[in-house]
Amino acid sequence: MSTKSKSIETKTDFNQDERLKKVSKLRILLNRPELGALGGAILVFIFFGIVAGDTGMFSAYGVLNFLDVSANLGIIAIAAAMLMIGGEFDLSIGSMIGFAGICIAIPAIYWGWPLWMSIIFAFSMAVLVGYFNGILVVRTGLPSFIVTLAMLFILRGATLALTRLITGRTQVPGLRVLIEDDPLAWIFATDTFKWVFTWLGSMNLIALRTDGTPLATGIPPSVIWFIALAIITTWILMKTRYGNWIFASGGDKNGANNVGVPVGRVKISLFIGTAVAATIFATIQVLDAGSADTMRGTLKELEAIAAAVVGGCLLTGGYGSAIGAAFGALIFGTVSMGIFYTDVDTDWFKVFLGAMMLIAVIFNNYIRRKVTESK
Amino acid sequence: MPNYLVQFNNISKFFGKVIALKDVTMKLKKGEIMCLLGDNGAGKSTLIKTLAGVHRPDEGEIIVEGKKTIFDSPKDALDMGIATVYQDLALVSLMSVTRNFFMGREPMKGPPFFKTFDIEKANKIAAERMGQIGIDVRDPSQAVGTMSGGERQCLAISRAIYFGAKVLVLDEPTSALGVHQASVVLKYIVKAASQGLAVILITHNVHHAYPVGNSFTVLNRGKSLGTYEKKNISREKLLSMMAGGEELNKLEVELQEMNRKN
Repeated sequence: MSTKSKSIETKTDFNQDERLKKVSKLRILLNRPELGALGGAILVFIFFGIVAGDTGMFSAYGVLNFLDVSANLGIIAIAAAMLMIGGEFDLSIGSMIGFAGICIAIPAIYWGWPLWMSIIFAFSMAVLVGYFNGILVVRTGLPSFIVTLAMLFILRGATLALTRLITGRTQVPGLRVLIEDDPLAWIFATDTFKWVFTWLGSMNLIALRTDGTPLATGIPPSVIWFIALAIITTWILMKTRYGNWIFASGGDKNGANNVGVPVGRVKISLFIGTAVAATIFATIQVLDAGSADTMRGTLKELEAIAAAVVGGCLLTGGYGSAIGAAFGALIFGTVSMGIFYTDVDTDWFKVFLGAMMLIAVIFNNYIRRKVTESK
Repeated sequence: MPNYLVQFNNISKFFGKVIALKDVTMKLKKGEIMCLLGDNGAGKSTLIKTLAGVHRPDEGEIIVEGKKTIFDSPKDALDMGIATVYQDLALVSLMSVTRNFFMGREPMKGPPFFKTFDIEKANKIAAERMGQIGIDVRDPSQAVGTMSGGERQCLAISRAIYFGAKVLVLDEPTSALGVHQASVVLKYIVKAASQGLAVILITHNVHHAYPVGNSFTVLNRGKSLGTYEKKNISREKLLSMMAGGEELNKLEVELQEMNRKN
């Protein structure tokens, strides 16, 4: 009993360690996962500002053009980033885009469903696919890379087979006429802030068509979805309990489980998230194009993961940010459109994409070492 | 009859034909540190998991504060105030001190359906709690990965205490630490006990256990070799009981043989 005594000096000397450096505010900022992507985005804009500043790239029409491309990618990149922070991959995003597209088009065109019902049907299928992916990964403990790779083939194959079986072809056109007066479709198909562009046009500040209406008519729906998703997911990650659980599930599955985080449920919900994001992407595209194509979304899963990685997500999970993925998508979208305004052959875009990702991974790895290194 | 906070009476656990634990008995009072000593394979891990509610004992009873109980899950054990700090500490090194401290049990604020993680309050509590044990977290949003092994161990213990542990089960808290860090952790364990917690300290390091323990239970091949109060046993006797004695003697003889040949 002798060792148990209240007189023990409890003030230990961790904090008197003279080897500790003061950490500056700048270092804290440098530790944010999205910093690399933010810096990259700024560099990209400076580059195109110099190289293509006097072309049409930074006109209202040009800006909306590359924002639209960025936003489409961003919608799935944000969901992919959330899942990666949670410690898993989803390679079936691209196939899900194609699948969701025909889930809207076939019932609407061939079975006479109202468009809104087809859209709800597509989203229900997305929840099912996401749930299936998630439960498979959680229950079997298999790497999500393999499980969702299998789903990539299954979904793409089923999309092609079912479409040909029902329609006899691989494309389903004729959706545009159904959009009007539909109570749901407008959420995915309406340009917003048209009055701003009309006003800007009337002031002769932006380019006009020959009939006097502005060339850029409004903010495309993808951009609104993209911004909304970026805000909501960032809020979830930073400010909610669920957000903490996502980091914990990806950072250390067992540890999180031991302190009561429902890791399985968190992961399943994130898989549902990627499938639903793919369906948002698909709905916007299908309604914009007026047709569904079985090959839509091919390779999109890899672009989404690339954008998430450029945005600071670690491939091992537990670290990253949604806003970073948004910047990652902005970089890719801007370059893929901007390259048309330069003298560079567009064939080089993929080279850029790969190089960018490589740099990002090396940079992220370095950051991770910085963050986790012991004193 | 002394007033025990928790009693584990004649606990046995079998895995098929393997007898992992047989008739292990441990009784703890408030403020007591019981050291559970044993070499690798002695059954320490099985015993920890039984205490933590991961395994259900096949024989024996668990009595917490006078009431006989059965743990169906780790959560049951936790609800009864028996908190286990595993070797991996259940800390995520990429996450901040605060986020780790409250992982799975985040304080919330705001109206229903819009409840948010009250990060300011969490930061304050985490910094305060770490400050009490003398760890100055300059910034509670710094990643746990930047902390030393001793600090992490203290964080995990501090978290268990904050969330209402009455009995702390510590699995090899000093095994990965240097001499200085280990002494800091041991000091903290003594302090925790002095505030009325019962501590089960599992270790194979007698030199860490002996200075802080009130009593010692030695485990060998799944069986308890008995529980001894500190005044009744010496450090050397404990060391030799942990199966080490005999074998160390043998080793010494063998080394002598080798030297002679050279």
